[in-house]
Amino acid sequence: MTGKPNEQQPAAGRTMDALLMAVSESKDKDAFQELYRYYAPRLKSFLLGQGAGSHMAEEVVQETMVKVWRKASLFDPAKASASTWIFTIGRNLRIDMLRKASRPEPDFDDPAFAPDPEPLASDAIFREQQDRLLMAAVNELPETQSEILKLSFFQERTHGQIAEELGLPLGTVKSRIRLALSKLRSEIGENE
Amino acid sequence: MTIHHHPSDALLLDYASGALGEAWSLAVATHLAFCPSCRAMVGQLESIGAGMLDSVDLAPLSDKTFEAVMSRLETGTIEPALPAPLAPVKPSANGLPQPLRRYAENARGEIAWQRLGLGASQCLLSTGDVGVTARLLRIPAGKPVPEHTHGGLELTLVLSGAFSDQLGRYQAGDFQEADEGLEHQPHAESGADCICLAVTDAPLRFKSLAARIAQPFLGI
Repeated sequence: MTGKPNEQQPAAGRTMDALLMAVSESKDKDAFQELYRYYAPRLKSFLLGQGAGSHMAEEVVQETMVKVWRKASLFDPAKASASTWIFTIGRNLRIDMLRKASRPEPDFDDPAFAPDPEPLASDAIFREQQDRLLMAAVNELPETQSEILKLSFFQERTHGQIAEELGLPLGTVKSRIRLALSKLRSEIGENE
Repeated sequence: MTIHHHPSDALLLDYASGALGEAWSLAVATHLAFCPSCRAMVGQLESIGAGMLDSVDLAPLSDKTFEAVMSRLETGTIEPALPAPLAPVKPSANGLPQPLRRYAENARGEIAWQRLGLGASQCLLSTGDVGVTARLLRIPAGKPVPEHTHGGLELTLVLSGAFSDQLGRYQAGDFQEADEGLEHQPHAESGADCICLAVTDAPLRFKSLAARIAQPFLGI
């Protein structure tokens, strides 16, 4: 990881959320280009880290960005940031295109779906605050715990594979994940 | 409905990162349909994944990819999707939530149960995972599943009814993660059959000889 989150931020200073809203509301192609310039090299980097070849990685990036354009009207900044929303689209296409597998997900329209007891995040500002708290908490985790989160996301490894790779007992990896996530839960004020 | 038993944080992380295979993911995703708090945790893990995406080194792309994307938008072959029309979704006659319903019900909305003997039934579910078996199990009310240990990992999600074992009481939405160390004898509670989704990566090891002899025929 290099700490250059601002590289290639749009000159006009519109946030990624605002750019995606512009695509969502008015099919703004300039905004879409800005999103492409920011996310495409990051998505490709992620895919290379997960073992994709350069050509295949670009195919997945292409499909991801096309899907971002197509599905932009479904983006809801109160629920997730642009980065989170695009991360999930990229993840699902990676599973679909690289692993040729499907990803089971719950369906919010299913009558058997148990709704949230109350809206978890009432607006985009609250959600942004939560994301900031969360990332601050991630940055404070001890190296032994953050290392596992990085392997999990950057290399798409299961905790079993991570245990093997680090030469640690499975129980140790599981308990580090549990410690990390309970820290994150308490930082964002959940008492589960 | 209060859920008392949840997937481990390690499984939720594997599901959020996308590393978890389809059959295991089916158990986690179906639990998520029952459980707002695990959904919230998965959402937070996805935000962490997104934070890592934001901070990753950049890998330059060929200009061709950008041109390909833009020309697909220009030619209008890709119309922005409107929110899906909210077709009324009929509830499952079997009370199964999605995504499980898609795997377990046939086109007529039925579950093709196979008898296992002793009143129990199963329905094998097809996933793309090799070496991992997902099945629905129906244990008759008040009856035990033969005492067994696990060669590998077993995930069990209760869909209706309830069972109890040494670890506690499990009812609809509750999730059990059993690994090699666990030897247990689940009992379905009286009153209603207990229907579960069970995902395993190795045959169960039954303690009783009779159950071991029957095992190859039962396919469990």
